[in-house]
Amino acid sequence: MAMRRVPFFLTYVFLWIPILVVVGMSFNAGDSPFNWGGFSFRWYGELAADEEIRQGLVNTLIVATGSTALSTVLGTLLAVGLARHTRSKLLDAVATLPVILPDIVLAIGLLAFYALVQLTLGLYSVLLAHAVFGTAAVAAVVRTRLATTDPSLEEASRDLGANGFTTFWRITLPSLAPGVVAGALLAFTLSVDEFVIAFFTAGPQSPTLPIVIYSMVRFGVTPEINALATVLLAVTFTAILAAQRLTRLAGSR
Amino acid sequence: MRRLGERFTLLGPGLGYLTVLMVVPLALVLSYSIFQRGRFGGLIYEPTTENFARLFDPLYLNVVVTSVKLAGVTTILALLLGYPTAYAITKLTPKWKTVALIALVLPFWTNFLIRTYAWIVLLSPAGLVNDALTGWGLIDEPLQLLYRQPAIVAGLLYAYVPLMVLPLYAALERMDDELLEAAANLGAKPARAFFSVTFPLTLPAVFTGCVFVFVPSLGNFVVPELLGGGQTAMVGNLVRDQFLKARDWPFGATLALAVVAMLVVLLMLQAWSARRLAGDGDA
Amino acid sequence: MTLLSINGVRRKFGDVTALDGVSLDIAEGEFFALLGPSGCGKTTLLRILAGFETLDEGTVTLAGDDLTKVPAHRRPINLMFQSYALFPHLSVAANIAYGLQREGLPKGVIKQRVDEVLERVGLAHAAKRRPQQLSGGQRQRVALARAIVKRPRLLLLDEPLSALDRKVRAEMQLWLKQLQHEVGITFVVVTHDQEEAMSMADRIAVLNHGAVEQIADPVTLYGSPATHFVADFIGANNFFSGTAVDDGLSTEVFGFLPARGGVTGPALLAVRPEQVSLTGDLLTGRVLDVSFYGGLSRVAVLVAGHDTPVLVHQHGAPRVAAGDAVKLGWAAEDAVVVRA
Repeated sequence: MAMRRVPFFLTYVFLWIPILVVVGMSFNAGDSPFNWGGFSFRWYGELAADEEIRQGLVNTLIVATGSTALSTVLGTLLAVGLARHTRSKLLDAVATLPVILPDIVLAIGLLAFYALVQLTLGLYSVLLAHAVFGTAAVAAVVRTRLATTDPSLEEASRDLGANGFTTFWRITLPSLAPGVVAGALLAFTLSVDEFVIAFFTAGPQSPTLPIVIYSMVRFGVTPEINALATVLLAVTFTAILAAQRLTRLAGSR
Repeated sequence: MRRLGERFTLLGPGLGYLTVLMVVPLALVLSYSIFQRGRFGGLIYEPTTENFARLFDPLYLNVVVTSVKLAGVTTILALLLGYPTAYAITKLTPKWKTVALIALVLPFWTNFLIRTYAWIVLLSPAGLVNDALTGWGLIDEPLQLLYRQPAIVAGLLYAYVPLMVLPLYAALERMDDELLEAAANLGAKPARAFFSVTFPLTLPAVFTGCVFVFVPSLGNFVVPELLGGGQTAMVGNLVRDQFLKARDWPFGATLALAVVAMLVVLLMLQAWSARRLAGDGDA
Repeated sequence: MTLLSINGVRRKFGDVTALDGVSLDIAEGEFFALLGPSGCGKTTLLRILAGFETLDEGTVTLAGDDLTKVPAHRRPINLMFQSYALFPHLSVAANIAYGLQREGLPKGVIKQRVDEVLERVGLAHAAKRRPQQLSGGQRQRVALARAIVKRPRLLLLDEPLSALDRKVRAEMQLWLKQLQHEVGITFVVVTHDQEEAMSMADRIAVLNHGAVEQIADPVTLYGSPATHFVADFIGANNFFSGTAVDDGLSTEVFGFLPARGGVTGPALLAVRPEQVSLTGDLLTGRVLDVSFYGGLSRVAVLVAGHDTPVLVHQHGAPRVAAGDAVKLGWAAEDAVVVRA
């Protein structure tokens, strides 16, 4: 009985040890990322003063906000359309492809496409690219929500004389709201974290935060990254727990 | 007529967007693989099979084989670790189940580069793992853990193991407990009941998990670079180099297609196992 | 000869008492039914017999051997699940062979026994199909075949007819009874449907709130219910309350009403609608409603001083109309007095 639990505990130890080490080391006063030299907030100070990281963060937030807005509208409409207005397997596949496609394939495809239409790479090229998987993510989440809502509500609305637009706006959308919010949160988090597609489609003057981190890590290990990792972890954890609360609240209503 | 307009309003924007920014780019990748590379990195629109032939050049074939091997080992380890983990989660009380699932996805939601970076800190000669091993007197000298293939596997496993656990958890949670009771009632010991009922019924999820781990592992270029020290290249590194350094887009596209081809094969295997389970196969 | 003996079995889930000291014996070769409303504890008892549930107190023995120490997979008891619980990834034949493979029988023997049982349940043509491709009635026969092919000492059937539509039910009922005769296995049916129990079982145990109310053959259960619950749960009944006296019941409003006795103190008189005649002299009333059901007419009679209408069944077409004044009566041997 106890033996059977071993892989379970192993998985969690494996998942959490690196995170705990990084968080612990972020409060290290010494210069080494490995050896403990006393407690301090020194690296948080250096982090706050780092212009490159701040610019990367601003870029990332612009990309994530823009692509999330775009994805939420496109993905919600697409989810309702796919669930209620078609049975085409092909359209289903197109809508789920971005989720299973390896990121590097989409990245080189977009790079080739931008080159073909002679679009200069910048922030918006990343934003447009992120909206591809964002749309698929929102559509997927909203569809699982749609599967649990009763289509007869919409039929009742039509029966009572509402047109398609009114029905969508007054009946469909409100019942989907928790799904839409969850989908938007997912799209936002995916975009903030995304590195590979951004790496291929960002202009040289507009690196997102993951690209900044990548170049920092590549040029050696600095304790500043520990501090940055801890801040990002705190933000992500809060966002996930908030999302969890939110969906539970929405679910219990 | 009204329905048609509605359908277009709902489906049009999203599908249009995905067509322009996904279907067309993928078609481009597909088409590049049969064209030739120009002298200054451009394209010559003359069909050739040379790119596919180059896949079998020992130089590149070696990379492909190594990648498949490393991604394969990662996938098997993820399955060995992930299946019992998913199984243990389904046995928890509802409250602990939520905690376990959140604790599973939280590391997954932290930035991928930072997760990889954490392993550098852990595995480096002065890092925690070596500290622990020397501290317990298991080794005298720090081991060279970083910049070796096992470090790559550790990094990939760390990145993708939740993607194995989640589909398995969903499938195990859906399992009808009465089927296991039926197996016991018919004389099957718990272990036998597991291998003759639970495992076959979760096989589609096993394949799904394997696709979710194997395919991104194959296309990953960050982990081999940061944890492998650039000494072991994987397909992802080759693709990146062909596009951003060598500017040989046709060959890069061909390599990417090889990854997609493996994805398609695995997806077909998954669909086949799911169909078999549904009983459509042999009527 | 007693095959299964259940003695003082108790089981609590938190604050809920599922079984409160249940004792009963089931004889070899018997067709036995555990009957009761949902939540009466019959499912818990069934799961204890199958070995999926433990008991807090009491003993269960099968042919004299303590059953509670035997793990589920070693018990010579098979269960036909209410949901059938057929393995979706195995063909019909493989589902049936599953239990025999666990016994380690040679392949040839397994094949022969599977073919035999498929023949018996009339599904030889469907051996290679998956359960999902069968109708409800066919699935049930597979579930039954999978259980009886093991030749258990005891076969448990959990609500065996509940998932079937009316027509198939009637066929199945007959078929199950015949099958039990042919294979000679002891059957225990668990059901909430009194008709199902009455029509098939040799003996029935009526359970309520985790306790046995009465164990008897169907005719006794119907004609001489031992408790108010049994009288009410099985078939339709008219009840009058009062105090038990010799040869009947003494009531405040109607005076003495004749019935078979046996109890003392506050009591209820129960009389079946078909035993009440419209030409008696015990009660007077007015016909409230008449409905005709082909072979039978149901007459509801409003009796002053009684809060529910008295039901009367008449053979054939109704001979009274709503509004008619009638006199009701019954023979003493057709009514029974039970504790209130």
